[in-house]
Amino acid sequence: MILNGKKTEIKAGMTVMEFLTEQGYKAGRIAVELNGEILPKSSYEKVVLTEADVMEVVTFMGGG
Amino acid sequence: MNDKLVIGGHEFNSRFILGSGKFSLDMTKKVIENGGVEMATLAVRRANEGGAENILDYMPEGIVLLPNTSGARNADEAVRIARLARELGCGDFVKVEVVHDSKYLLPDNHETVKATEILAKEGFIVMDYMYPDLNAARAMADAGAAAIMPLAAPIGSNMGLATRDFIKILVDEIDLPIIVDAGIGRPSQACEAMELGVDAIMANTAVATAADPGLMAKAFRLAIEAGRMAYLSGPGRILSGVGEASSPLTGFLRD
Repeated sequence: MILNGKKTEIKAGMTVMEFLTEQGYKAGRIAVELNGEILPKSSYEKVVLTEADVMEVVTFMGGG
Repeated sequence: MNDKLVIGGHEFNSRFILGSGKFSLDMTKKVIENGGVEMATLAVRRANEGGAENILDYMPEGIVLLPNTSGARNADEAVRIARLARELGCGDFVKVEVVHDSKYLLPDNHETVKATEILAKEGFIVMDYMYPDLNAARAMADAGAAAIMPLAAPIGSNMGLATRDFIKILVDEIDLPIIVDAGIGRPSQACEAMELGVDAIMANTAVATAADPGLMAKAFRLAIEAGRMAYLSGPGRILSGVGEASSPLTGFLRD
């Protein structure tokens, strides 16, 4: 799948939550867009990723 | 004195909004404290390092966060970033910022109006970064903006209040908080803008590029407070080309 513009390996049957944890993200500090739609945090445990998915993971940074 | 700044129903005692870019994380906290800042902007970016420190851990408790849509080149991109910002879970405020000019970084008022229409309907408290144009400000107000943020000069330039007379028109004509954002480089310029009657000042680069940002934050706080008090006190009249004695014109020690 594609994570933040880069091809990234996933394991078959992995949920979004499992993937985010593996990547080292803290759920409380990020927002996720999956295939162009915002994925609510309540769906992280339910949604299973596929090779065709495109994911953006964003966070806050300093900025004016 | 009960003189609160009210934006989208939220009350603020401070009229100094801080942009949080260009600081170390430790310095961000110090500048917020020294500046008496109650609202600070943040940018939304791709999170590529899961283990990295997060700026939210350095924001003092109770501070209101104002995510910006920096990086957006049109209304659709601004809306997308605003929605992601809200999903990050820090409230409904958003500073809409649409820029597609990389030399002067001037905002696109037209695209900003379009984004405001969409976001205000979705319940965002929209604060519009804009080029100070009265027609655009009216369109933003009609679209549901909660505050108008005209630039003083190009972002990050520290050039000062280059648009002074046009900001004054917004102060006189627009019934929303007017917050000068971008270009203010010195506390004296912030004070001058406050004397004109703007409701608040946003600064980032002016503080971040000072040799001592902590001290500069304090200087901005005092200048903004002074300018506000001067505005509320109703500055005295200006005579044209003549003087007027301040001491009595009677009882001189002569015959």
